[in-house]
Amino acid sequence: MLSEQIISELKSIVGKHNVTTEKADRICYSYDATQKSFLPDVVVHPGTAPEICDILKLANRERIPVFPRGAGSGFSGGSLPTRGGIVLCTERLDRILEIDEDNLIATVEPGVVTEQFQKEVEKRGLFYPPDPASLKFSTLGGNVAECAGGPRCVKYGVTKDFILGLEVVTPTGDIITTGGPTMKGVVGYDLTKLLCGSEGTLGIITRIVIKLLPLPEAKQTMLVLFDSIDGAAQAVSAIIRGKIIPTTLEFMDGRTIDCVRQATGLEVPEEARAVLIIEVDGDREFLDKQVARIAEIIRPLGVVETRVATTSEESEALWQIRRSVSASLRKVNPDKFNEDICVPRSKVPEMIRKVDAIAERHGVAIVNFGHAGDGNIHVNIMIDKKIPGELEKAEKAIEDVFKGALELGGTMSGEHGVGIAKAAYIPLEITPLAAEYMKSIKRALDPNNILNPGKIFLDEANPAGRGE
Amino acid sequence: MAKLKNLEAYREEIEQCVKCGACRAHCPVFGVEKREGHVARGKVALAHSLLEGEVDLEAKVLEDMSQCLLCGSCCAQCPNKVPTEEIVAATRRRIAEQQGLTAFGKGLATVLGRPKLMNLLAKSGGTLSALLFKRLPENSGLRLRFPAPYFEQGRTLPPITAKPFRERVPEIILGDPLQPTVMFFTGCGINYMYPAVGEAFLKALKFLDVTIIIPKDQACCGLPAVSAGAAATVEKLAEQNLAALTRHPADYIVTACASCGAGLGKIYPDMGHEFQGLAAKVMDIFVFLARHGLPEKLAALPKAASPVRVTYHDPCHLRNQGITREPRAILKALPQVEFVEMADAGTCCGLGGTYSVYHYQTSKQIGARKAASISNCGAELVATDCPGCIMQLQDSINHAKGPQRSIHILELLAEALPALD
Ligand SMILES: Cc1cc2nc3c(=O)[nH]c(=O)nc-3n(C[C@H](O)[C@H](O)[C@H](O)COP(=O)(O)OP(=O)(O)OC[C@H]3O[C@@H](n4cnc5c(N)ncnc54)[C@H](O)[C@@H]3O)c2cc1C
Ligand code: SF4
Ligand code: SF4
Repeated sequence: MLSEQIISELKSIVGKHNVTTEKADRICYSYDATQKSFLPDVVVHPGTAPEICDILKLANRERIPVFPRGAGSGFSGGSLPTRGGIVLCTERLDRILEIDEDNLIATVEPGVVTEQFQKEVEKRGLFYPPDPASLKFSTLGGNVAECAGGPRCVKYGVTKDFILGLEVVTPTGDIITTGGPTMKGVVGYDLTKLLCGSEGTLGIITRIVIKLLPLPEAKQTMLVLFDSIDGAAQAVSAIIRGKIIPTTLEFMDGRTIDCVRQATGLEVPEEARAVLIIEVDGDREFLDKQVARIAEIIRPLGVVETRVATTSEESEALWQIRRSVSASLRKVNPDKFNEDICVPRSKVPEMIRKVDAIAERHGVAIVNFGHAGDGNIHVNIMIDKKIPGELEKAEKAIEDVFKGALELGGTMSGEHGVGIAKAAYIPLEITPLAAEYMKSIKRALDPNNILNPGKIFLDEANPAGRGE
Repeated sequence: MAKLKNLEAYREEIEQCVKCGACRAHCPVFGVEKREGHVARGKVALAHSLLEGEVDLEAKVLEDMSQCLLCGSCCAQCPNKVPTEEIVAATRRRIAEQQGLTAFGKGLATVLGRPKLMNLLAKSGGTLSALLFKRLPENSGLRLRFPAPYFEQGRTLPPITAKPFRERVPEIILGDPLQPTVMFFTGCGINYMYPAVGEAFLKALKFLDVTIIIPKDQACCGLPAVSAGAAATVEKLAEQNLAALTRHPADYIVTACASCGAGLGKIYPDMGHEFQGLAAKVMDIFVFLARHGLPEKLAALPKAASPVRVTYHDPCHLRNQGITREPRAILKALPQVEFVEMADAGTCCGLGGTYSVYHYQTSKQIGARKAASISNCGAELVATDCPGCIMQLQDSINHAKGPQRSIHILELLAEALPALD
């Protein structure tokens, strides 16, 4: 519990309506999409960077942990107040400050919701490609802090590829800026890249300078059914080897199709054991040619059926199938562990085979879908926690999946980050020396371990790693 | 006996929430207020904490629970279809049960700092504006919706009619015996404020030559009482309507108020199996008209030379049932109408049962977005299928100083149909 004195200081910093210690509010800011929950002592809603500086100075003086929070849609527990303390929300920092059409850049505050930003720039014929599936509700600050990715990353890259500069409040309460509105810049260390994906442990982002592209004229979507997962995986490699980079290359395995079929009545022939959703974008006249070329490349790989959307409604219907996956899985099994490993693109078929073997070995259902085009596979381990022993099985399977990905030169997480969910597994991927290199950065910048402590790396306060 | 589900009965639904946060994109209240306690995810978390005894019915919980339009926009988009609007309504009932109906009002009053006003509201009757309320029966939901303070806040309200619609018309209007028999559930809005919509309803159905029954003893559907957490009132009204609506045999019970349709069709069946047969017969007027060939008949009428530009607002209670095409189909087929679609036609108008009574400022902000959409699409009229929406839309337009008018689709339809003898 924080003293009256500290609460009233917080109130004098951000205004009394923007500080709350009511139980109801603490409950509402205790969770994120991991479904874990830790009660903070106080929730604050700052409106400016200088206010955040003052909060952090106070927090350092009083040694109170501070947990930055965007929309709380994170899948790794990054925003969870695992040690009580202050939840610092960016909900009020929600302005698009500038869209500069001469330089194709924009400046925003961190609380702007991704899709709202995309809609604004698209009105001006501009384009911000990163498209996490949570884009309708996640914040740009959260996207930068997790370096979020999405289907379009195959062609365009992830969040960090679009961030030119940042304004950041340091863990000790100073304001710095990194990078800037230029397309190039090599003066000093590249702190912008360091902060992208730092999960709110190295600073609180208060402004983001974003690179924009011209909006492609058109896009075309096709859904291809394969008779085997191998065929689909080979198709991915074949397309890329054929020097075509589609906008998206999403895949679903046979079990995913079964779940979707069961949950939504989707009409897909029985012999389809894998699906690819392929989208291309660019100049209109160029698209038909690309689609034809892709169809030709993949034809020998066991294609059962190809559906090409010719209108935006049809394309939307194809995407709806992909979007219905998450909910459909839940209908089949109540609890799922959604891991987002990433392997080199050519290794996708091998990884899928490994996952199948792991599922069999541990006797758990595993469903795979995801962004095949960049090797990012969502491995969903489906269990019913209420059945004794299931949870343990799942945990063993998860560890094997991580190890399998690493053996192939991959990574444990392509998009969701470490937070508390994967902190315990860090030693599998990062050598002690590299980990120490990273931790010494954290120690130097945050000597009192105030900002988002216990995230990414385990410490005394979070020894178990997985939280509650 | 009619019995509404209590909060405990929603445990399973509450536990379906996976805390993804998707509702943050769809909740109109959150869109304005930007606080987690106001979005579905927060309310569901609070409901869960209430069940677990981790939090009491303290002022902040009451406020968060009051910050809900019961519009169901969250549920419509929720990957797990968590029925937040029902969970919030059940929580409001628990509040009213444990602390008395006035306690809910009191909790809100602390928040708003206007205790007197809130007590007045919660008692839902008493010394409310004599002018308005001497014309409304004790149990009409309109009393919950329009307490006296509305007038102080510069709200546009339609006049309360001197002679309610149901008193103007016969109980049975015979049509072609080969055609179905339709029972007209008027709802309070049409009965007391918009009798012209009722007349238009009759004209449309007479055009199709169906038999119409308008039971005199039907009552308020109870939806505003659901919103206020007044369980006993809802249950009593449901019983009364069950008796009134089963007294004559009918093929359909048709509504021209989206909220009434949801009340009879969605809330009643939860109160006991005796309501299920009734609910199965409930149908929206435009679904009925579309299924009985009206769009085709309208298409045959000669087109007007200078049509009026009309857009459509989806009432939440129709949109949630997936009824979006039928009202548009009728509008588009009208000879005097040029239909234009507005942006975000499916977002809530901001009225939300008793919501706008307690939170008029937020309600106005939600309405302002709607008014902007209407203005941007260039429409002269915004047509819809719910008296509550009509009232709120007009209020929003007036605040935005816009020239548009809100109207029921039936009024446009009646205008287009040839006069009957
Ligand atoms: C249904 C669903 C689908 C998803 N799909 C994807 C996907 O396709 N791709 C993907 O990459 N992710 C996905 N995610 C995960 C999540 O949406 C992303 O990680 C997103 O970037 C988190 O944004 P947020 O605003 O919710 O941040 P939060 O969850 O609130 O916070 C995430 C992290 O960012 C930190 N943070 C937030 N704001 C700031 C700030 N201003 N300064 C410093 N640190 C900050 C927090 O401390 C925390 O560590 C999905 C999540 C859900 C629920
Ligand atoms: S969208 Fe549904 S499941 Fe997701 S947080 Fe909201 S209520 Fe819960
Ligand atoms: S019912 Fe409407 S107002 Fe209530 S939480 Fe859901 S979207 Fe928000």
